[in-house]
Amino acid sequence: MLIRRFRPGDSADIRPSEITSESVYLNRRKLLQAALATGVTGIGAAWTHDAAAVTDLKAQRNAKYSLSDPPNSYEDITTYNNFYEFGLDKGAPAANSGRFKPAPWTVTVKGEAENTGTFAFEDLIKPHPIEERVYRLRCVEAWSMVIPWDGVPLAAALKQFKPTSKAKYVAFKTVYRPDEMPGQRGRSLQWPYVEGLRIDEAMHPLSFLAIGLYGRTLPNQNGAPLRLVTPWKYGFKGIKSIVEINFTQKQPPTTWNISAPHEYGFYANVNPKVDHPRWSQARERKIGSGLFGSRVPTLMFNGYEQEVASLYRGMDLKKYY
Amino acid sequence: MPSPTVIRRVFKPALFVLCAVPLLSVVWAAFEIGGASLGTNPVEKIQDTFGQWGLRLLVITLAVTPLRDWFGLPWLVQLRRMLGLFAFFYVVMHFLTWLLLDQGLYWSGILEDIAKRPFITIGFTALLLLVPLAVTSTNKMMRRLGKRWKSLHRSIYVICLLAVWHYYWQVKADTTEPLIYLAIVLVLLGWRAWQARPGRARTVLSRPVSNPEKHNLAANVTGNVSDNP
Repeated sequence: MLIRRFRPGDSADIRPSEITSESVYLNRRKLLQAALATGVTGIGAAWTHDAAAVTDLKAQRNAKYSLSDPPNSYEDITTYNNFYEFGLDKGAPAANSGRFKPAPWTVTVKGEAENTGTFAFEDLIKPHPIEERVYRLRCVEAWSMVIPWDGVPLAAALKQFKPTSKAKYVAFKTVYRPDEMPGQRGRSLQWPYVEGLRIDEAMHPLSFLAIGLYGRTLPNQNGAPLRLVTPWKYGFKGIKSIVEINFTQKQPPTTWNISAPHEYGFYANVNPKVDHPRWSQARERKIGSGLFGSRVPTLMFNGYEQEVASLYRGMDLKKYY
Repeated sequence: MPSPTVIRRVFKPALFVLCAVPLLSVVWAAFEIGGASLGTNPVEKIQDTFGQWGLRLLVITLAVTPLRDWFGLPWLVQLRRMLGLFAFFYVVMHFLTWLLLDQGLYWSGILEDIAKRPFITIGFTALLLLVPLAVTSTNKMMRRLGKRWKSLHRSIYVICLLAVWHYYWQVKADTTEPLIYLAIVLVLLGWRAWQARPGRARTVLSRPVSNPEKHNLAANVTGNVSDNP
């Protein structure tokens, strides 16, 4: 299969017709119709998603929350991933996620909210206009990328469930499908992956539910069909392939904190002054800077200090790392 | 036993080429020859490749003596110096990649890392300990040091343990691979301890040499037929 190589700045120019030729589209439609006509709905659903996977998301760039830095290439973003559900190497998620089925998809909402239950992915997203946001992503391993995400503000998505005043935290859970996610058959982490935010962090305008990147639906290796993006926190907070949202009164457990509590805290805010016990967080390698692009200084809250510092006023960030 | 000529003319050049393959693979990938590529994070890729091969060759060097005795291959020892020097070469390349490409000669960061990050401190210590071994690897130094040469080169035991520890400590979650290395190193060291246990004659050293002439010839060629390390 030929993979189109995207270059920074491409995103605005991509038309669906460039990605899937019309004849392929029409063939798919015929197959879909045939499948529906013969009542093979399972196949129908798969084809529907396949068609959706190549659609231009028609996202409007949110300039206020977009960097002017050039984004990393589509190839970089989709071949260098930490998604242990598909394996430990950076290339493993792209190599091993082919069997993963991100559609149909439902999300179960429970806990301290009025509107709980199980919702179809489409119903969660449809009420909201899709935004594009170009965010920095800083991995706890001291490398970083710039990624043009497409999605909806987390606050808008959460508000439709009408969380009550008792909801102090939001917990998220990744899908558990060891037959489709080979990494879940090993014990590198405790499965399923869980993450969480304080409610004010979750409602912050920077918190984002991504459903795509570069104008296309999320590839499996990037957390299809929907994932969290909190750009002022280390990448591991950005839980992928979310199937459960739980509004809680108490701080929920988080996977990396369970794995190594003295190395990974609940907050995991990017902070060049608080080192990982085993390595420095003061500087980072920018992916895409090549062989001779050495490290650059890491910014407080990954450069989003102005927006988020007030969330942590008065907190000892060395203690609440 | 292969003749000294075969060892010198065939085995050693072949081993040299073999040991240079990881270096060549990095160079090929850097110039994208034949579709090879260093991937999305080239610096990390180079650093990992060199580090992995440094560790592998250290362990292979450590395995020479046991393998010789288990399989009765006395000539194996004559390849040990080259293996050890290649191990040193890859460890140095691993270090230089970190220093030049990863840190970009950012000295305050480098010094802080060496002093404050235990896994870097350990790796750096292993590198420092390797330097005297590389320096004293020549025939001349072996002759000059005599018995002390052997004691000095026993520091490879510690170096191998430090190298595995260095690897173990920088892994984020899955420690399987470093633990496999640890198991191998422990077997190789355990076997030595067993051989050296009190009250046991040193079999290899005390074994009469069946063909003194050949033995001396080999000794002249390599200057390196002593038992341990």
